[in-house]
Amino acid sequence: MEKAFFDQDNINDSLDRVDGRLKVTGKATYAAEYQLPNIAHAVLVTSTIAKGLITALDSKQAERAPGILAVISHVNSPGVPAYGSSPAMPERATLGTPLRVFHDNLVYFSGQPVAVVVADTLQRAKYAASLVKVQYEKEPHQTDLEANISRAALPANVQRDKNSRYHDYDRGNPEALNTAAVKIEATYKIPTEHHNPLEPHALIAHWEAPDKLTLYDKTQVIKGTQGNLARAFKLPIENVKVQAKFIGGAFGSGIRVWPHVMAATLAAKKVQRPVKLALPRELMFNSVGSRPETIQKLSIGATKDGRLTAITHEAIAHTSTYEEHTERTVLATRVLYACPNVRTRYRLVNLDVNTPTWMRGPGEVTGVYALESAIDELAYALRIDPLELRLRNHADSDPEKNLPWSSKSLKECYAKGAEHFGWHKRTLEPRSMRQGQFLVGYGMASSMFGVHRNNAKARAVLQADGKVIVQSATSDIGPGTGTAMTQIAADTLNISPALIRFDLGESTLPDAPGQTGSTTVSSVGSAVKVACEALKQKLLQLAVTSPHSTLYNANPADLSVADGRIFKTQNPAVSITYTEILKQNNLPQLEVTEESKPGAEWQKYSMSAFGAHFVEVHVNPITGEVRVKRVVTCAGVGKVINLKTARSQSIGGIVGGIGMALTEESVMDHRFGRYVTADFANYHVPVHADVPQIDAFFIDEHDPHVNPVGAKGLGEIAIVGVSAAIANAVFHATGKRIRNLPITPDKLI
Amino acid sequence: MNSFTYFRAHEVAAALTEKATAPQAKFIAGGTNLTDLMKVNVEQPHHLIDIRRLPLNKIEETEENGLRLGALVTNADTAYHPLVESRYPLLAKAILAGASAQLRNMATNGGNPLQRTRCYYFYDTATACNKREPGSGCSALNGYNRIHAILGTSEHCIAVHPSDMAVALTALDAKVNVTGPQGERVIPFPEFHRLPGDTPNIDTNLSPDEIITAIDLPTKGFAENNAYLKLRDRTSYAFALVSVAAALELEGNIIKEARIALGGVAHKPWRKPEAEAQLVGKEANPENFAQVAETLLAGAQGFGHNNFKIELAKRAIVRALLQAAKMEEIS
Ligand SMILES: Cc1cc2nc3c(=O)[nH]c(=O)nc-3n(C[C@H](O)[C@H](O)[C@H](O)COP(=O)(O)OP(=O)(O)OC[C@H]3O[C@@H](n4cnc5c(N)ncnc54)[C@H](O)[C@@H]3O)c2cc1C
Ligand code: SF4
Repeated sequence: MEKAFFDQDNINDSLDRVDGRLKVTGKATYAAEYQLPNIAHAVLVTSTIAKGLITALDSKQAERAPGILAVISHVNSPGVPAYGSSPAMPERATLGTPLRVFHDNLVYFSGQPVAVVVADTLQRAKYAASLVKVQYEKEPHQTDLEANISRAALPANVQRDKNSRYHDYDRGNPEALNTAAVKIEATYKIPTEHHNPLEPHALIAHWEAPDKLTLYDKTQVIKGTQGNLARAFKLPIENVKVQAKFIGGAFGSGIRVWPHVMAATLAAKKVQRPVKLALPRELMFNSVGSRPETIQKLSIGATKDGRLTAITHEAIAHTSTYEEHTERTVLATRVLYACPNVRTRYRLVNLDVNTPTWMRGPGEVTGVYALESAIDELAYALRIDPLELRLRNHADSDPEKNLPWSSKSLKECYAKGAEHFGWHKRTLEPRSMRQGQFLVGYGMASSMFGVHRNNAKARAVLQADGKVIVQSATSDIGPGTGTAMTQIAADTLNISPALIRFDLGESTLPDAPGQTGSTTVSSVGSAVKVACEALKQKLLQLAVTSPHSTLYNANPADLSVADGRIFKTQNPAVSITYTEILKQNNLPQLEVTEESKPGAEWQKYSMSAFGAHFVEVHVNPITGEVRVKRVVTCAGVGKVINLKTARSQSIGGIVGGIGMALTEESVMDHRFGRYVTADFANYHVPVHADVPQIDAFFIDEHDPHVNPVGAKGLGEIAIVGVSAAIANAVFHATGKRIRNLPITPDKLI
Repeated sequence: MNSFTYFRAHEVAAALTEKATAPQAKFIAGGTNLTDLMKVNVEQPHHLIDIRRLPLNKIEETEENGLRLGALVTNADTAYHPLVESRYPLLAKAILAGASAQLRNMATNGGNPLQRTRCYYFYDTATACNKREPGSGCSALNGYNRIHAILGTSEHCIAVHPSDMAVALTALDAKVNVTGPQGERVIPFPEFHRLPGDTPNIDTNLSPDEIITAIDLPTKGFAENNAYLKLRDRTSYAFALVSVAAALELEGNIIKEARIALGGVAHKPWRKPEAEAQLVGKEANPENFAQVAETLLAGAQGFGHNNFKIELAKRAIVRALLQAAKMEEIS
């Protein structure tokens, strides 16, 4: 890692992960690993048809199997109070109704839980689950997006909300496309992808009393899960506790409460024991959402010297029949380039599948893949270097909102990335670079992800021994949240990070939003910062007001703080430590809780992170195999709290992007409405051999507007644009433009 | 997975006796394929005979100056055995192209050729599959068949055999030594696996009550000129879309003998003696290699999603032969 591009004043900028040791020594406890007495094991029985009715559910044989405690289904579910009583004549749920687990006999998608079998051991539960016989009355199902494209419609939830950002958007005169000097038009497709974090989803549901529920769950949204279950079971919120201290990756699959969580909770209610349910890998393809399959049509017009005159972007994605999942697919197109005339359209098609959800870089990943591929196509049509074309159309301010950027270093990202990559060595023509027998391709793409921020609270407690406990109900799906928060707290309080303990992953802690949309540092980090700042102010106040203090009556403006010690700036020998202040005031500890919220700055600025990826691929001209040989990525994401974990985030995002570009695809057999690639032998996530040298750089970006921490968030932007950069490199190598991902060898021969 | 009873055999005879008393029992060696299939209820044996401790765990030279690979030697120990590395590098390459290091440490030489197909529908008990449930139909025929066979298929099954090791063993003319109630016999490797025909549920000519004791490699190992080329959807740890085991005996630039076996294209490793004969006496060059590729793929038929395999296989053959002839660097 080169320090030259990163000269922040933060002394802790590469603090080791505070929980690293626990993780590598196996001491970190994940959801399924809590040892509760008398635990029972649950295994789901899932539907084998995509649409229809359960006409009979025969569990007699299963119930007679050894160790079986219960088989629970719509026939005997203890019921979820919020669902209401089970209807005599079941009706299909109206759009916007989360799947009502074991509520009625309706089947909405293949893989839907239709029963859960609970036994004293996992093996016994698994075996009995295979004995449950379910009969269905099939109805014709629709699972094929392309075959149903005529049903594409503006989402109903958008139609109802006049402030929605997904309405049809026209800026200037998009018809200018027709008169553009140069024009390209292309359709890009991405398949359904599944998050597939290494740790499959799992939970333990425990009713500690008839009205007290505790969940040990793999969730990215602790408070959201708590609220959701409290509402579902009509319990006071404080009667539901949710714990998620360690999470083995999620990428968005843990953003909401999924049916299997309800199934385990109902099972625990029925058997009155803690119930553990861990999804096997194959159910990860039906249970926790997916990136929606999306078809996008891009048209771009430009002048001969490469000024964009018009862009139109139309995206059609799938959703389920009972819920609408909408995402920001077309939004980046409105702002990434300075183009006077822009049209975007966003449509959904309801299919008989489970509801898709956010997956790393949601929306932007999909949209920017299409946009940045189309820009590349335009560059070839114009015979202009793709990087130069992007520079010529740089958006100096937000062209949609007509606001200045709070900060933007995209040009610097282009420059640094290109320099480190050696972009100048690229020759213009496709198939013009070779190394031995291999075709060599250079490709690049821009990336962007809007800055988001939510209300968040944090508590900071100074203890008599000088340690500070900082708490917030956030979670850590892998980015190193605990580490970043420790650093923010240590920096704010001017003490060693070794004195900080950051607690997360419990619903009893102060409110935090879910770990979504790269908002954790900006939201929770801000709360930690203001809480620690408030604690420090309290200490300063006490230092100058308590009569025994060496700093009694000093002017706070004349004081400085370092190493947990407050001293006179002019005469550092006159000082008092934090712990001495507690002692002098007979305080066992000092505690503050603060909330941090976005404010008026959001009306004054447009806020986004930007970056650029540069990729070299080698393609075997005979067999069409693509190897990514190296990647250079550079991003401007405001303040980087921890260089090491930031770099890990960037590398992880690139790996995800390699998967999206080259290997990952969930294929459905539409005759059955079932995924056929539902295991790790057939759903190909990149392995080490697919991942080359990745160099990640950050621009030292000072942004006083985004939030008190000055950080924009990095998790999502790390993956946005990667698949376009790779597809563009493949075109440069081969002269073949593959517009449907993933780019597997069969598409290149 | 169902409950099962378990017996550990220490002698081949004991394993055979146990099998005779429980004909539905399954032998288990490394367990890397069998247990996976048990977990998804594709295999539901009620009794397992663990053969891992049978004294078939050596690699020894044979009297005919060949090599005998014990059935219970792991794939890893086989691939890294000095005599395999030096005399049968084609086999070592094929083994190392398969699975992952962890799996190869468990997988055995007897179990590897007996691993079952990776056809999606074979694994999904909610769909019809003649191999899993004879007579139920073949879901792949008109379904998603990107990984399926293009040669030797039948209307009953279009699955491919997934083993890499078996492709090299076929090219090398290995022999399978088996022992059963009727005594010992030897099955030439090219005749070990079967085409699906109307009994796709039967993968091999090994009888269910027989045990593989060893695999014999003949003298000739083509150590000088060989290549195993495996094309797949990612760089490592994926089954072959198409693979080629190529071995040449060259005199200068003239081919004296050629062996070519294909993986990922049929229900068994695919070899065609007339194609190999066609190369004898010819010059090693891309044109001749392309011609032999045509012969090998003669009659190939795609089923929609796997049509690409016909062209991919031809290209892979040319490239593998070029590599074997050291006319192309290996990526
Ligand atoms: C994730 C994954 C990836 C893989 N990738 C590849 C790959 O790329 N290429 C590849 O070639 N393979 C691959 N494999 C398959 C692997 O090579 C096989 O699972 C392994 O070789 C089987 O050997 P085993 O000893 O574990 O067999 P087992 O699972 O123990 O047995 C398999 C079958 O053989 C029978 N059997 C075993 N030994 C004998 C014997 N001596 N006599 C009679 N019957 C016997 C058993 O009864 C059983 O029916 C992969 C496997 C996994 C799980
Ligand atoms: S191809 Fe063979 S294994 Fe696959 S579904 Fe058809 S019969 Fe079964």
